[in-house]
Amino acid sequence: MSWPASESELSKLGKAIVKEAKGLITGAEVAFGELTLTGPAARVVEALTYLKDAQGFHQLIDLCGADYPERPLRFDVVYHLLSMTKNRRVRLKVQTDEDTAVPSVVSVFPAADWFERETFDMYGVFFDGHPDLRRILTDYGFHGHPLRKDFPMTGYVEVRYDDELKRVVYEPVKSVEWRNWDFLSPWEGVEKGFAPILPGDEKSGEKAK
Amino acid sequence: MTGDNTPAAATDFFAPEAAETPVRKFNINFGPQHPAAHGVLRLVLELDGEVVERVDPHIGLLHRGTEKLMEARPYQQTIPYMDRLDYVAPMNQEHAYCLAIERLLGVTPPYRALLIRTLYDEIGRILNHLLNVTTQAMDVGALTPPLWGFEPREQLMVFYERASGARMHANYYRVGGVRQDLPEALVRDILDWCDGFPRICDDIEGLITHNRIFKQRNVDIGVVTREEAIEKSFSGVMVRGSGIPWDLRRSQPYAAYDDMEFDVPLGVNGDCYDRYLCRMQEMRESTRIMKQCCERLLKTPGPVLIEDNKITAPRRGEMKRSMESLIHHFKLFTEGYRTPPGEVYACVEAPKGEFGVYLVSDGTNKPYRAKIRAPGYPHLQAMDWLNRGHMLADVSAILGSLDIVFGEIDR
Repeated sequence: MSWPASESELSKLGKAIVKEAKGLITGAEVAFGELTLTGPAARVVEALTYLKDAQGFHQLIDLCGADYPERPLRFDVVYHLLSMTKNRRVRLKVQTDEDTAVPSVVSVFPAADWFERETFDMYGVFFDGHPDLRRILTDYGFHGHPLRKDFPMTGYVEVRYDDELKRVVYEPVKSVEWRNWDFLSPWEGVEKGFAPILPGDEKSGEKAK
Repeated sequence: MTGDNTPAAATDFFAPEAAETPVRKFNINFGPQHPAAHGVLRLVLELDGEVVERVDPHIGLLHRGTEKLMEARPYQQTIPYMDRLDYVAPMNQEHAYCLAIERLLGVTPPYRALLIRTLYDEIGRILNHLLNVTTQAMDVGALTPPLWGFEPREQLMVFYERASGARMHANYYRVGGVRQDLPEALVRDILDWCDGFPRICDDIEGLITHNRIFKQRNVDIGVVTREEAIEKSFSGVMVRGSGIPWDLRRSQPYAAYDDMEFDVPLGVNGDCYDRYLCRMQEMRESTRIMKQCCERLLKTPGPVLIEDNKITAPRRGEMKRSMESLIHHFKLFTEGYRTPPGEVYACVEAPKGEFGVYLVSDGTNKPYRAKIRAPGYPHLQAMDWLNRGHMLADVSAILGSLDIVFGEIDR
């Protein structure tokens, strides 16, 4: 099939999926030429089975998390699927919080194993039914989940080789705090409609009402 | 030695009732300082005699938190991080990242920039395959191929240097094009190099393709069927070696690949040997693409970067004269540019497979979430089932044919 897919074709596909999936997939949105589906986290295994068997998205390209601390369900788990036969990509997003486990999709896509381990490692999202949910990228004995927004850039411990003890020692971070400069100017992006809200902006809104 | 396997109880072998010899399984560490581990991989192997029963790869020894770092920096400052992922073919990664940002911003680079990107992507592919093919041969016992392969690699890195100023960590691609134009002499030199390179391929192939030892070590080792390749999220040579005609350059073309003539080599049996053959053939195809790019580059002069100074830096000369350029330069290198809120996934056919970047933008100058999809990650994950039932000596052969680089796996 032709590439890239037109927006109308993708939104048609999205609507068809939402209609057919009967509650497994509840939302479909097309943005930047990509189709994003959303669904309830508890039924993600069924949703992916449906996408794999009925829609031909037979390859799991990626699985990752994203953190939105201000939401009650703070984590997104994002699945990227590919259909080689239809030459289409699709993205499925589900939401969860720190305590609720997402069903593991290893039974549908065996390759999800390490991706889920990484998501657990980086965000602390639990996967129910995962065969071996260990940390994968961080150090042995690491504490915390580094990609969470409330995890500091410099971390909590640092490692060095101690010449007197003749071994590697772990110590609390002594380096200076990560300097996060705010370079954002309040006016950039206004013309495109995505500038940040400034203090006092709410007044103009009230006036308009 | 790791694991909690206790030594077998002492048995009196001369006692008549001891008919069965107690068998003890070995746990051994392969790496993290093993020369055939291709970097900092620690494999915990469970062996029954010399037969591998289980492989547990421990990765993350090169984890640098690239994704976390990217979340804290403006977009254009994080392009150099891409070079440090798969440091064997740096520019291909930059390409995926630039594609993702370009899709968010809705800009398209000029055609000459697309040609240059195509050219340097293919140089990256040859850089990668030359390293992989020859070190795979070294893993199974041949010493000469790396010595022969590294000379053309060095020449290619000189082409990198002449374009960007750096042999490896180029930081050459920009959102909206490439950093600077290629001089004509460089294009002609690359063209000349392309004429000579197939002979080097012939030499390397003459050394190993029909070599008895190389075949003994690779044929029918690490067989991946078509179904398994899809199921295990393989991409790139790992699926093409199993006979699946899937190449993003062909199926989901980007840059100038639509205008290029090239073949996609496919394997038949899906074993290590077929993957090696695929890589050799891909290098020849890459040379073909490079030639076409060079010929077109000589014919199509033009800009290599979009003119919009909100996204691309003004030229140095303009900055000396124009106040507006100076302001643009200052704004660009402090604040950067903002991307509209939303999410994109952009991918390229990197030499190792599908390299993708997933960006979530919240409308500021930094990505809210950046996920790097490294092709080697699912490939290495498959080490366990690929190696089960194979001999210990096959582990390095299979590892070599997976084409592992830890920069991208550990990120």
